[in-house]
Amino acid sequence: MNSTAAEHSLVARFRLKFRRSETLRGYALLSPTLTVVLLGLLFPLAILLTLSFWKQEYVDLIQTFTLTNYADFFEKKIYYLILYRSIRISLFVMLATVLLAYPLAYFIAFHVKKNKIMWIILITIPFWTSYLLRVFAWKVILGYNGVINSGLMSLGIIAEPLQFILYNPIAVVITLAHAWAAVAILPIYVSLEKIDRSLIEASRDLGESAVMTFIRVTLPLSLPGVIAASLLVFIPTVGDYVTPALVGGTRGIMIGNIIQSMFGKALNWPLGAALSIISMLTVTAVVCMLLGATHLFRKKVA
Amino acid sequence: MLYLVFLYAPVAVLPLFSFNDSQYVTFPLLGFTLKWYAQLADSQGLHSALINSLKVGVSVAVLSTVLGIFAAKAVTRYRMRRSGLLIGFIMVPLVIPEIILGISLLMTFSISEVKLSLVTVGIGHLMLCTPFSMLVLISRMEGFDQSYEEASQDLGENAWWTFWRVTFPIILPGVVASLLLTFTISFDEFVLAFFLAGTDSTLPLHIWGQLRFPDKLPSTLALGAIIVVLSTVVIFAAELIRRSGVQVGGKSKV
Repeated sequence: MNSTAAEHSLVARFRLKFRRSETLRGYALLSPTLTVVLLGLLFPLAILLTLSFWKQEYVDLIQTFTLTNYADFFEKKIYYLILYRSIRISLFVMLATVLLAYPLAYFIAFHVKKNKIMWIILITIPFWTSYLLRVFAWKVILGYNGVINSGLMSLGIIAEPLQFILYNPIAVVITLAHAWAAVAILPIYVSLEKIDRSLIEASRDLGESAVMTFIRVTLPLSLPGVIAASLLVFIPTVGDYVTPALVGGTRGIMIGNIIQSMFGKALNWPLGAALSIISMLTVTAVVCMLLGATHLFRKKVA
Repeated sequence: MLYLVFLYAPVAVLPLFSFNDSQYVTFPLLGFTLKWYAQLADSQGLHSALINSLKVGVSVAVLSTVLGIFAAKAVTRYRMRRSGLLIGFIMVPLVIPEIILGISLLMTFSISEVKLSLVTVGIGHLMLCTPFSMLVLISRMEGFDQSYEEASQDLGENAWWTFWRVTFPIILPGVVASLLLTFTISFDEFVLAFFLAGTDSTLPLHIWGQLRFPDKLPSTLALGAIIVVLSTVVIFAAELIRRSGVQVGGKSKV
């Protein structure tokens, strides 16, 4: 009798605590999503890490701890060089995308008065078509017998097809800068839109020129959007392998192609896993450096 | 303005050459034809790939939106301690390259001896789509007036019916937007499907296969043109729904 009463009060206390605690109730509501994500994301990433310390012999995985795969990366220059090239290409893509996106975002935020949403939709429509088809369209445009070459030739501007436009890193940069444009325009637009217009007016009233106002007021205030855009473009493009495979040629190969080949023709899953881990760590390091640099820049301007 | 041309050029190329009466994608244009579209209608592989993509897309859209509702409700309704880390964790697929998500899942399925199929593609897409769904729904639920739910509970409805009769109608535009967005992402997704599909084919995988054959090129362009038109229609529909949602929301506050 006594014990059941105690149990009851325990249950009641727990219930009361549960009802009162925002954290507990919040987590309860979050738990289905969290469980799925733990199983489908954390667990696989743990497997990725584990496998990177295993070894592949023909079709078998040898499940003993080894650092061979990581040693391979540092000994064979090819992986190191390709990772370096991937980072460089992605940084170029990031710069190109942001530099092109900024003026357009600026135009929509400050010069379009009505129907801003329609502008945003107009800009994003090209990005709702299949990524694969967009990359492929660039291959068609830039190709040896492609749209640009055949167009220029039928107009009589050139006699021979230009050879330098497809199958090189520049083609990869152009294609990726196009593919990720919307991802850059949107955050920059949002941060420009948020800027309090009276700050800009104040700067002008106090005698700053339009250019100086932009450099000292608008640009620093829109920096969070620019940073978000840069990272959202830079991080995923490092791992891209569709674009380099279609338009990159041999000089445009990126680390994604190497990782993919480890899971296909080369059949070396542990090495592929190790390369993925190394790439992720490198990307994280570069991102930290970028953030550090913008922090310094901010301090200087302010 | 030149930038807009740059944005639209590839999209314009697809329809332009899909009507061109030539095997090769080169200027000058040779004449108008619909034969590439007719060729599409006959393609057996395309039909099954399309149906597969629809199946995966619809399932992923529904499941990720349900998961998104749970997560978004938890984030907007409760002030939770140390939730930032967990939320950040759900968002991880937005910032890691898809290839890494793809190979991690591939290894996991292979080690746990799960056969690759449309289901494994769906699981991959679910991971990718849930954060998008959550973001869309959070923006819809922010500023949600708690007193509606409280009124319903005070009037004796239980939590289940309160959700269906009060909360759900209010967040409906967000739910529709999330369904459309996640469906589109899944429908278009190539990298995860490439690693996780096994012998099954989805639409992007089918297109990837076609790109290797030069004689299939014009009909692939035609397919691309159709996808461009359809997705444009879907995006405008989504925007119209979102707008009507804003109006309903505005009225209900009065």
